Amino acid sequence: MSRRIELHDLSCYYGNRKVVDRITMTIEPKSVTAIIGPSGCGKSTLLRAINRLHETLPGARVEGRVLLDGDNIYDRSIDVVDVRRIVGMVFQRPNPFPTMSIHDNVAAGLKLAGVRRRDLDDIVEKALIAVHLWNEVKDRLRRPASALSGGQQQRLCIARAIAVQPEVLLMDEPCSALDPISTLAIEDLIAELKNDFTVVIVTHNMQQAARVSDMTAFVTVDGPGHPGRLVEYADTKTLFSVPADKRTEDYITGRVG
Amino acid sequence: MKSPMRVGTRETHDRATPRAQTRRRAIGDVLFERSVWLAACAVLALLIAVAAFLVWRSIPAIRQDSANFLTTRTWLPDDTPPVFGVAAIAFGTALSATVALVLAVPVAIGSAIFVTQYVPPRVGVWLGYCLDLLAAVPSVVYGLWGMLWLVPAMTPIQHGLATTLGFLPFFADPQGLTRQASRSIFVVGIVLAAMIIPIIAAVTREVIRQVDPGLREAAWALGATRWEMVRIAILPASKLGIAGAVLLGLGRALGETIAVALVLGTSFAVDFHLLVFGKNTIAANIATQFAEAGSLGRSALIASGLVLFAMTMLTTLLARAIIYRSGSRERSAFA
Amino acid sequence: MTTATPLWVHRRRYRRRRWTARLAALAVGSAFLLAVVPLILVLTYTIARGLPHFSWVFFTHSLAGVPPSQAGGGIAAATIGSLEQVGLASLIGLPLGLAVAVYLAEYGTGRLATVTRFLVDVMTGIPSIVAGLFAYTFIVISLHQGFSGLAAAIALSLLMVPIIVRSAEDILAGIPRTLREAGYALGLRRWRVVVSIVLPAARSGLITGAMLAVARIAGETAPLLLTAFDNSYINANPFRGQQSALPLFIYNQAQQAYQPAIDRAWAAAATLVLAITGIYIIARLLTLRKSGAHRV
Repeated sequence: MSRRIELHDLSCYYGNRKVVDRITMTIEPKSVTAIIGPSGCGKSTLLRAINRLHETLPGARVEGRVLLDGDNIYDRSIDVVDVRRIVGMVFQRPNPFPTMSIHDNVAAGLKLAGVRRRDLDDIVEKALIAVHLWNEVKDRLRRPASALSGGQQQRLCIARAIAVQPEVLLMDEPCSALDPISTLAIEDLIAELKNDFTVVIVTHNMQQAARVSDMTAFVTVDGPGHPGRLVEYADTKTLFSVPADKRTEDYITGRVG
Repeated sequence: MKSPMRVGTRETHDRATPRAQTRRRAIGDVLFERSVWLAACAVLALLIAVAAFLVWRSIPAIRQDSANFLTTRTWLPDDTPPVFGVAAIAFGTALSATVALVLAVPVAIGSAIFVTQYVPPRVGVWLGYCLDLLAAVPSVVYGLWGMLWLVPAMTPIQHGLATTLGFLPFFADPQGLTRQASRSIFVVGIVLAAMIIPIIAAVTREVIRQVDPGLREAAWALGATRWEMVRIAILPASKLGIAGAVLLGLGRALGETIAVALVLGTSFAVDFHLLVFGKNTIAANIATQFAEAGSLGRSALIASGLVLFAMTMLTTLLARAIIYRSGSRERSAFA
Repeated sequence: MTTATPLWVHRRRYRRRRWTARLAALAVGSAFLLAVVPLILVLTYTIARGLPHFSWVFFTHSLAGVPPSQAGGGIAAATIGSLEQVGLASLIGLPLGLAVAVYLAEYGTGRLATVTRFLVDVMTGIPSIVAGLFAYTFIVISLHQGFSGLAAAIALSLLMVPIIVRSAEDILAGIPRTLREAGYALGLRRWRVVVSIVLPAARSGLITGAMLAVARIAGETAPLLLTAFDNSYINANPFRGQQSALPLFIYNQAQQAYQPAIDRAWAAAATLVLAITGIYIIARLLTLRKSGAHRV
């Protein structure tokens, strides 16, 4: 299960400050789409608008539409809780619930959704297997999640996100707080995840974007204080080998940013 | 704006005698550091002095007490022989503080959650100030209001509770006393609750604010409703700090004097009848007896104050230790 | 992964979750209302009962020669006493508290600092009546000074110091490091940096903290019972002899069985409440102005 995401003229604001300016793009199901760009270009904000997490910050609001298989998630009739269950998210810093055990962390979303207790263990196991964490933690499922290493915690967070069977998985620089080996493990995992989910990943690391994604979007700003705009959105190979826009070329060859 | 001036002074000084200058400044530094260090020591000495003076001045009373100071219920220090003990008033102190906590804790934690999680931050800060203002109202005003408005207002309610729920030991009214205006532990508990809600709420607010925002986001991203977010992300991460906040409120309720002295009818009963007139607390007993007491009487009151000091210090010590361990030293002007 | 649980389970359960969420919102919202209800009741009732008894005589006369059963007399002695006691307490408490805060914020890294910080926090838990007992045992009986405004001021300053230390340390710690470094870069000694750069930069926050502390101790009654002891006559000398104070006036009048005395208690309570909330609001507006300036 996975869905097509369409952004139509999507703008994001913090109070009066516009940080993302009228972005329109279509993200295909069962693919990995990377959003790259210099820091402060609004790429994380853009990502957070796709599961309506942006609006939880004070003064933040969104204009435009985000369609999930044709349904506008910002429509009045759509419940935000529904959106977030369908669109899961993994954050920059691993954020397992520190007081919960490994098992309970993975089961957290399931319990909210009312999955029956006897089904829990099974789903938790599958999710942990899917993120290649099962063998490492199967003997200490009841131990606190805070005892895991950073890379393990991040994989735990991915397991927590996919356990509720979302259709889209958003990843906000999921490797930026991790060591190279953990990063590699997560990148391999992303390649597998696209078999089941539509994955959108924000990264400031161009090599990573080139390695993991099918499509790449380049977002940048005209200058400090300006909102982020979509410059180029293309097949990853094309974007990195023959960029159509001068700014993209400057960025990927390291001349700016 | 000031920096050019400073540069100027420095240059003139340097031009005078650089070495003498350095030494004088070094002395200035040492003196300054010494004096603020002394101030810190003075504050510690002050705390020790409080304990020392109370112990010293209560020894004569405890020596002359013809009964056991800790287990006796009566308070007749100026009789011959003097008979007094803290059993009844210590019990009343603990009972009134407990009632206050039971009433205050849900309200305080609920309002702290409300102002931090349910309203926009800017509004929340101002609503928080409103709660703090509650703590700024002097206890004598609470006492006045409790005595002249709350006691009459609560009389029918207390009587109703006693007649309908009188089978519960806490609400029992064996002698039918609640028919008249009842200056009871229950009413005192309400007044004390109103006074400690802002303290518990202020600390809880601060503790909640320290919760890693990443946890909130994690809960949101799992599709939690606002309440579920509070339940799985906020409360587990802040429960230690909230426990400290509650203990801090307990300490304040134990030591409250004037509101209790004005509202509570005095007796030295030891029972759990919350709705009935009377009982007494250590602090209120000191306030009401001090003016009329003889020298042994005052000494006895000091001894009871020592017991109160010990009770509140232990509570506060524990509260602060818990709050420290929870990693958030809250900062409220009023807590 | 395969779908282990059919979606309709989520759907049906979701209705319940939404209701729980609504109930919870209602509960915490009413908790807040419940918390401010006493505030509104106490403030409005006190002012409604007190204002009608405000008069020229009430503010300019003492209670001398006025029996509890008769109307007349006022809070002149109490106001003078309160101002002197709170003033003296501030004179002791503010510098001491500020010095300790400077120690903690600027020099406090060692063991003593940790202990001091912790014990200052613990000191906030000293019941006001115990502070009164301390001043009584120390000043009144051990130093044979008798009851006086000074003894009251000592008790009040004991309550004031921890409040000042906590708020001031917090504000000093919030002064950006770069400001201090700018001072050092100019070749200033550490104490000069503190005195001429850090403290001025923290001024408005420190003033707010001081005002809140004054508001807090101005209404304390319990310690005054054991130290100032009340006086119907005006005693303008805080160093010798019993003194009145507003909270004491309220307490003693409230315990009389006569309506004129009760009326006086309400009027004095209204005066005190207006003064304290006034100080509180001004203090808060000061911080508002400051943070507004920051934002611009």
